[in-house]
Amino acid sequence: MAPRGADGPPLPGQPAGRAMSTLARWFHRRGWRDLIIATPYAWLILLFLIPFLIVVAMSLATRTPTAPPFGYGGENPVLNFRGYARLFTDTLYIRAFVTSLMNASIATIFCLLLGYPMALGLTRVSKSWRNILLMLVILPFWTSFLLRVYAWMGLMGRNSWFNRMLTDSWNWLVPSDWAITSVPMMNSNFAVILVTVYTYLPFMILPLYASLERLDPQLDEAAMDLGSRPWRVFLDVTLPQSLPGIIAGGMLVFIPAAGELVIPVLVGNPSSPMIGRIISDEFAQARDWPMASTVAVALLVLMVGPTMIYSRYQQKAEGAGSGEEKP
Amino acid sequence: MSGEAEPFIRIENVAKSFGSFQAVKDVNLTVARGEIFSLLGGSGCGKTTLLRMLAGFEDPTAGRIFIDGQDMSGIPPWERPVHMMFQSYAIFPHMSVEKNIAYGLKHERISAADRAARVAEMLDLVQLTPFAKRKPHQISGGQRQRVALARALARQPKLLLLDEPLAALDKKLREHTQFELMSIQARTGVTFIVVTHDQEEAMTLSDRIAVMDRGEVRQVGTPTEIYEYPASRFVAGFIGAISTFPARVIRLTGDLAEVDIPAMDGTFAARATPGLTEGQEITVALRPEKVAIAKTCPDAVNVVEGQVKDLAYFGKDSLYRVTLPGGDLIAVHAVNARRGPDTARPADWDDKVWLSFEPASAIILTD
Repeated sequence: MAPRGADGPPLPGQPAGRAMSTLARWFHRRGWRDLIIATPYAWLILLFLIPFLIVVAMSLATRTPTAPPFGYGGENPVLNFRGYARLFTDTLYIRAFVTSLMNASIATIFCLLLGYPMALGLTRVSKSWRNILLMLVILPFWTSFLLRVYAWMGLMGRNSWFNRMLTDSWNWLVPSDWAITSVPMMNSNFAVILVTVYTYLPFMILPLYASLERLDPQLDEAAMDLGSRPWRVFLDVTLPQSLPGIIAGGMLVFIPAAGELVIPVLVGNPSSPMIGRIISDEFAQARDWPMASTVAVALLVLMVGPTMIYSRYQQKAEGAGSGEEKP
Repeated sequence: MSGEAEPFIRIENVAKSFGSFQAVKDVNLTVARGEIFSLLGGSGCGKTTLLRMLAGFEDPTAGRIFIDGQDMSGIPPWERPVHMMFQSYAIFPHMSVEKNIAYGLKHERISAADRAARVAEMLDLVQLTPFAKRKPHQISGGQRQRVALARALARQPKLLLLDEPLAALDKKLREHTQFELMSIQARTGVTFIVVTHDQEEAMTLSDRIAVMDRGEVRQVGTPTEIYEYPASRFVAGFIGAISTFPARVIRLTGDLAEVDIPAMDGTFAARATPGLTEGQEITVALRPEKVAIAKTCPDAVNVVEGQVKDLAYFGKDSLYRVTLPGGDLIAVHAVNARRGPDTARPADWDDKVWLSFEPASAIILTD
């Protein structure tokens, strides 16, 4: 970017040229490195931190019938904590948070239980099979997400072949007193969890696969050689070493699942809304931007908390040994 | 040293194929209790496959393996009285040194105190006591190798398998560790089977060596037997440096054979081997250190003239490559026993020299 020639002596009486060459010299010395380091920070500041601060500011405003529908001061305090107080008093929010966290947790656990064997399987098959299977893991992303949710709605609906098949097999299995006309799947937390697991499974499989793929298969053999049966080998060697993958996959599923809007709106139980639905409704229906912002901030704090704890734990785990003197 | 009386390990007609590739072909071996036995060969010779069959990671396609009289067929690795030291060491990276060593012990029904005592004993054996709490990435390669050894020895195996135990260490550490391995073996009395591609390592470590090539055992013997009495051209060439020449047996008198070596343009006396017939086409092999080099014609049975083509001066000794009358080259190794500007080495570039060797030094190979 800055050619070497720009380092030459600045021409007299040309302050602009001098400034340029000073800049060029600085850039030459350390520009590339600093620029590369600064890029992600600039990105984060511009696209995360500043918008987030705007949301925080908005959460402390007061709702007004103006456009935009919020303001500061008036008969209310300049910084209005009403929203935060409501978070803890209005059961609507508390229940929404509980529902969201429950659904997201259960979905994450099922993603893990389903994804772990798949990821492990991926590491054990031949190279050519592995590429095909990895492709299949990612393939659903090629279809529109909405389309896939609608497909599930079709499957779960009362009159679908899928529902009828389940109903018939249930009726065939149990005494006739317990017979049902259809399986109530739609508009329930079950449906939300099912579709969430389906949607986010690849986000669990890929980081798990990445961490399992790096494991040395000789470690398994070493454990077997030392007397461990295969299940024991898994618990002692594979599982603890894949913990970073489990945590990464867990966060990739849990965080978006907890804030998910589309899935609960389309297949969820309308009487127990999830947090994404609340934020959306507060913004669009109630036009209570400060309250919507408050809920959004609360969700973020709730999500960032575990992440911070995890990174703290990881730092400690890494720092524990390296603090000792080396030979 | 040979285990004929009471073979601790008996490998009977063992073969192993991977698809159409025969990794191990009909191997028969016995190893005595307390022996250090090496499987020596180049890559792909089947030595590692054989080791993995002993550990139970691979099942033989044919044949059986007995360890201490017990047939190992169908016995999984976790039930075998055999532990392995992997080439990569395969130390559990998420466990401390101590936990690594204790790993095998958790399958034994012993008290926590006994277990701790056993771990302490192992740490002491490999001199790693101060590093007990370290994680594997915080210790050096040589220390990791010792952790792997301690971990494999902690459960007091009947047999320890070592896969290229010294390959990952630098030269200086290798020599030190070699002697340490031997002393640990002597103290524990455990039978060692070592897989190596390094002939020097095999020579110094082992009581006996099996030289393998393309899935077959070519020769089994003590290091001296393998070096001095190789059974085939392959073994002769694999162990140490050697010069080989096609030859023909002219006459047999007692234990001496008169052989015609066209490369040396003459007939020479060599110690006959059993089963030799007159007129047989053979190979005569000579170790570089068994050939004497001189600038004057020596008074010896076998003398041949030559010219120094190349020489490498190592200080304590020199290696010559001498052109023989037939145009072939022979390697000659001479110790630089005398000191002085002119006498430092017996010959120089392009010098005309006389080479001589004892009849017993000429190795007659028929295979």
